[in-house]
Amino acid sequence: MDKAQMAAMLRDMLRARAFEEAAAQAYAQGHIAGFLHLYPGEEAVAVGVLHAAEPGDYVVSTYREHVHALVRGIPARQIMAELHGKKTGVSGGMGGSMHLFDRSRRFLGGYAIVGETFPIALGAGYAVAYRRLPEAVICFFGDGAINQGTFHESLNMAALWKLPIFFVCENNHYQIGTEIHRHSAITEVYKRACGYGIPAEKVDGMDVVAVHKAAKRALDRVRAGDGPQFLELETYRYRGHSMADPGSYRPAAELNAYQANDPIAAAVHVAEHPYPSADAIAAAGADCVTRFTDHCCEGGHLDDAAVERMRREIQEEVADAVAFAEQSDAPNMDDAWKAFHRNRRFETLMETAQ
Amino acid sequence: MSEMLYWQALNRAMDAEMAADETVLTLGEDVGLYGGTYRVTEGLMAKYGEWRVRDTPISENSFTGLGVGAAMLGLRPVVEIMTINFALFAMDAIVNMAAKIPFMSGGQFPMPLTIRMPGGVAKQLGAQHSQRLEHMLMNVPGLRIVVPATPQDAYWQLRQAIRSDDPILVLEHELLYFSKGDVDEATLAPPIHQAVARRRGRDITCIAYSRMLPLALQAAETLAAEGIELTVIDPRSLSPIDWDTCVRAVEQTHRCLIVEEDCRFAGAGAEFAATLQERCFYLLDAPIQRVAGMDIPTPFNGTLEAASIPRGEHIVQAARQMMAQQ
Repeated sequence: MDKAQMAAMLRDMLRARAFEEAAAQAYAQGHIAGFLHLYPGEEAVAVGVLHAAEPGDYVVSTYREHVHALVRGIPARQIMAELHGKKTGVSGGMGGSMHLFDRSRRFLGGYAIVGETFPIALGAGYAVAYRRLPEAVICFFGDGAINQGTFHESLNMAALWKLPIFFVCENNHYQIGTEIHRHSAITEVYKRACGYGIPAEKVDGMDVVAVHKAAKRALDRVRAGDGPQFLELETYRYRGHSMADPGSYRPAAELNAYQANDPIAAAVHVAEHPYPSADAIAAAGADCVTRFTDHCCEGGHLDDAAVERMRREIQEEVADAVAFAEQSDAPNMDDAWKAFHRNRRFETLMETAQ
Repeated sequence: MSEMLYWQALNRAMDAEMAADETVLTLGEDVGLYGGTYRVTEGLMAKYGEWRVRDTPISENSFTGLGVGAAMLGLRPVVEIMTINFALFAMDAIVNMAAKIPFMSGGQFPMPLTIRMPGGVAKQLGAQHSQRLEHMLMNVPGLRIVVPATPQDAYWQLRQAIRSDDPILVLEHELLYFSKGDVDEATLAPPIHQAVARRRGRDITCIAYSRMLPLALQAAETLAAEGIELTVIDPRSLSPIDWDTCVRAVEQTHRCLIVEEDCRFAGAGAEFAATLQERCFYLLDAPIQRVAGMDIPTPFNGTLEAASIPRGEHIVQAARQMMAQQ
């Protein structure tokens, strides 16, 4: 990997972290409402995978998709404005944080119902194969989605018809508050793909270089017509599931009840399902952004001054995006009706009574 | 103009659209080699190949979602769900995806998706295979629903649905597939959503769709012999509803009777009654009445099954009672 590519990947990881922290701040200030699912901790996944993608590829993502959109090339301004519900947002303020769409960048949306990315990717993959084009469809999903019926249905059809789909599991070990050992009979997600004959591997999702390498390999096979590929990336989200979730997963009342009534059960519960402390996270491995920054500097690709300059530029970019979002106009009801009826261009319909 | 069966009209409509536009494809359980459980896709696989006529596994949610994803990339998929009862598995694809993506994307993605589903009460298929779920789907903004009652409408409304950039559900009735009628394939049909008067009469406007239409027309003949004249309106589309045509008819008859096979409670008839009384209240000579299916899962026993849905005599009785309320 050359110097420029390393720098570009590091820049996107830093942009991702800065963007999400700015979003969290805007949420805390009351400028962003609704659900807000943030990505810090998982940057190596989006950056590693999407830097291996080509402009002709399609991306299908979940409700934790701001960073996928950002790395895909959607301007920070348009994403931040969408998070603020503004008319200048990438979905015109009709989608929100969980529903970023950008037709021009082949970003087929963020989906808020767990397991929906599979059939969307299936359809996109079908359309690509139908036209015999050397394009790939990248389908992101979390470990929680693997228990939906659509996972199995779609993997089966993708393999059956050799569709050009790259399934990417962001395994952050939690479906909101339920740890993977408590939600999946097989905790190594990639093994499930074997049931459908889809080549699958598991890679350290905190190592952006390893992610990029694996993604490139898989995407090359997909575009060559080898059928679907599957990659499990083990990662970790530092924040709770959403801004509404402190991430403790052990409400004081529940803990108190266990302690008061059944100390043994409480002890077993704590022992089996510990929520890692900050120390435990640090002990488990370096933060992917810090790790890659060090890697770039140690390898002589970048120096401290260059990284500092990068950070400053990114702060400016993100601050500009926030200001743009705040200053943008809100859409009105006419805009909503226009968006709703935009595709009725060949027909005149009589509308409902009122 | 030629006479054909309802399923043949659908088959010819599919063939015409697939021949005209290579982005049109169809998929579903047994639509290919088998030719479709009601023969609607018969012969198409041999003619267009398996990429355009795709047999799917039994995975309604994902193959309907496949239609959504393919439509986002500009194909015009016609998804056949073998019966509407199985569409309950596909409600996420229909309600959360197809109906919402065009809007949530700020209008960036059209949804040229057609979903065909047979439904209704047929002949002793049991409660799980004898449902009319149009009321559930009517309550979802972003979906359009057509209910062709004749071979002519089956032919043209399917073609129009395929050409539309909105997601359209074509609700076919299992007992209509072998009904016969003239189809004019050369003359363009009225707009897909437009209601039409199948019969004109001075006394009562009867609104009836899908398989209830032939029942209403028969009842109208019986009533005419007694001197009660019905206007029979076929709404043809349940979303949107062509209110102006309905209102004009009610304005002339001052009475309105709605016939639906679906359960009465919160059904399509409730929507017709509510809106028409809002718009026509001061012109009405009698309360708007509904003849509808009973609010009970369809019994298997044939006698009970028949008793649970409207029959011609129910329409006749309801009309007589309305005329007696002077």
